[in-house]
Amino acid sequence: MARLRQCAIYGKGGIGKSTTTQNLVSALAELGNKVMIVGCDPKADSTRLILHAKAQTTIMSLAAEAGSVEDLELEDVLKVGYRDIKCVESGGPEPGVGCAGRGVITAINFLEEEGAYDDELDFVFYDVLGDVVCGGFAMPIRENKAQEIYIVCSGEMMAMYAANNIAKGIVKYANSGSVRLAGLICNSRETAREDELISALAAKIGTTMIHFVPRDNVVQRAEIRRMTVIEYEPGHKQAQEYRDLAMKIRDNKNFIIPTPITMDELEELMMEFGIIDQEDESIIGKTAAAEAAAA
Amino acid sequence: MSQEVENIQPSYPLFRNDEYKENLANKREAYEERHPQEKIDEVFQWTTTKEYQELNFNREALTVNPAKACQPLGAVLCALGFEKTMPYVHGSQGCVAYFRTYFNRHFKEPVACVSDSMTEDAAVFGGQKNMMAGLENAKALYKPEIIAISTTCMAEVIGDDLNAFINNAKNAGHIEQDFPTPFAHTPSFVGSHTTGWDNMFEGMIKFFTLNHMADKKVGSNGKINLVPGFETYLGNYRVMHRMMKEMGVDYSLLSDPSEVLDTPADGTFRMYSGGTTQAEVKDAPNAIDTLLLQPWQLEKTKKFVDTIWHQPATAINIPMGLEWTDQFLMTVSELTGKPIAASLELERGRLVDMMTDSHTWMHGKKFALYGDADFVMGMTKFLLEMGAEPSDVLCNHANKRWAKAMDKMLKESPYGQNTVVHTGKDLWHFRSLVFTNKPDFMIGNSYGKFIQRDTLYKGEAFEVPLIRIGFPIFDRHHLHRMTTLGYEGAIYILTTLVNAVLDQLDKETRGMGTTDYNYDLVR
Repeated sequence: MARLRQCAIYGKGGIGKSTTTQNLVSALAELGNKVMIVGCDPKADSTRLILHAKAQTTIMSLAAEAGSVEDLELEDVLKVGYRDIKCVESGGPEPGVGCAGRGVITAINFLEEEGAYDDELDFVFYDVLGDVVCGGFAMPIRENKAQEIYIVCSGEMMAMYAANNIAKGIVKYANSGSVRLAGLICNSRETAREDELISALAAKIGTTMIHFVPRDNVVQRAEIRRMTVIEYEPGHKQAQEYRDLAMKIRDNKNFIIPTPITMDELEELMMEFGIIDQEDESIIGKTAAAEAAAA
Repeated sequence: MSQEVENIQPSYPLFRNDEYKENLANKREAYEERHPQEKIDEVFQWTTTKEYQELNFNREALTVNPAKACQPLGAVLCALGFEKTMPYVHGSQGCVAYFRTYFNRHFKEPVACVSDSMTEDAAVFGGQKNMMAGLENAKALYKPEIIAISTTCMAEVIGDDLNAFINNAKNAGHIEQDFPTPFAHTPSFVGSHTTGWDNMFEGMIKFFTLNHMADKKVGSNGKINLVPGFETYLGNYRVMHRMMKEMGVDYSLLSDPSEVLDTPADGTFRMYSGGTTQAEVKDAPNAIDTLLLQPWQLEKTKKFVDTIWHQPATAINIPMGLEWTDQFLMTVSELTGKPIAASLELERGRLVDMMTDSHTWMHGKKFALYGDADFVMGMTKFLLEMGAEPSDVLCNHANKRWAKAMDKMLKESPYGQNTVVHTGKDLWHFRSLVFTNKPDFMIGNSYGKFIQRDTLYKGEAFEVPLIRIGFPIFDRHHLHRMTTLGYEGAIYILTTLVNAVLDQLDKETRGMGTTDYNYDLVR
């Protein structure tokens, strides 16, 4: 058996991490790999397309029911879906109470202790909540967990900010451990010169844009049916895009410690591509009324 | 075996037997990877130098014995001072075991306190379930009339909302709507045990008075409220009762655990005993004024008294030593119109007489002291009154305003000219000071005994004896029953200090034929 590869998917909230991950994982499974998805988000929507379910019962909700995590069995929480993809969701509290980060830590510790990472597996993918707000959401990239990180982004300004910030977070862990940035996945929002822009950003951070996933309505249509494109319409050209992404990740050897750029550099890059305009110092802090009066 | 049934020995002196000596030496040789004695001594000597002190005072990342405890510990002591009140700590169980053990070792009494025992799932989902079950169980099992809720860091880090949880528990019928549940957020990583006392006290008076102020009128009950703050000398509660009674002043001592922490062995276990009643707390806004006996640690309380009760909250200092006890009694007299009792005047005269009798021994003696803000300030004040010289005064949790007030007080006395005040420093800093600016004595809690051992190791001439006044005192019995406030307290402190001076002098002058020319019968 080949060595188990553990990958974490990060990226700005709403960028399409869960959709991309599930399509990518389905394509990897289609290629004959044994894969597991670990959802690290209290919303627990990282496995619905694989399981055709609304939301999987999570480790933490079952633990709360049973009284403690120690009372759980692996088969209670591990569900098997499309092409034998194993699915677990860490789960967590309702918004506004408790500690979601601690939930991720508890859930991942449970999976390790219970031997969820068995010898059969080729890949584990962690689908992590958009913002790495505390140590709990960095759990998947701590020592002996995910060693490859993929950042999903698009040519929108905030998505690029987020990608650069995540790269900063990775540096902290990379310097003391073996976690590495493995590439940017561009999930297209059809902004101008998007692929060039993300390739340029990737180059500055020290990595590559591993694949450009174009936008296509078939993703939407498949999602409504709680399916991945790979399963819903295997012959569609979008399915092929996910297969390409899967093969590139399978063959990827480009694992680096990122070199995140400064805000100024990032803004310069965006100006170069016309995403934002040259900053006009004279208008900063001026209200509309003040500007009208001046004019 | 060297242990015999007829003569069971504890570790000391048992381990001084040859068999144990050999055994321990072998263990040290084989497993401990100990440095050679010369190296240890070299490092030890280095830690006593001025050079090391400078490094020590530049320390940034480490605290070695902070000379303070955490907020919920203070909250528990505050709650224990109210009648039939169960201190309830929302958070992990181990914290509560620690509070109970800590008080237990100091007061040599059982201490009732419950936890709602948050575990891993509670850390993720929040502790509301624990709160609901905890309140219901605590009330059913221990039948308190008040449950006073504070928090540990676990609950604080995840942001549990006490007000919401308690109300939800009541709405869900776990306890009655009208059951008293004062509460305070007491994160352990902010402030100290004195902050926690203040927070819990504010929670208590807020619960019983905030929404009942309409029919309250300052001065209408003719009473004076006394708020002790984090106070562990039971005699201090008792002396307040006595002084007020002797003056004929109607008063409420708000939080008084002197009964529950000193129950008799008469065959009856008392989970609750004594304490301030709910009626007294509810009536407190009607008092003439509220006096804070440890003002530096009662800032929230002061604000509440000021802005909600609209009482003057007349500023006093901790009533410790001569002048500040005078000031306290005169303030009470002015506020109530009652003259200072003749019995207290007599007591004052006795204290002055004692101070006169002992002043030759106290004069110029150097004392280094550490502890809570108000305690060390009061102690410094009394030392100055007796002509003793405080060398270093350390309080970890005090703020800059306190340090300034200390400096001002010291500058006004000829005996305080060389005193250095330290805040935010710990007992390892203090250890350096005891070597480099050698005082005659240390005054503080039991933890100072290790510094005394170290000073003796450097040599007899360097030994600085510890005088145990403060909290906690784990290694001496019954000192917590003594009094440090009022004239009575000053009498106890003076007796303790002057006899420590005389004990030390005897120790130094009992050398047969060398120093015993001064080993006098009369001192």
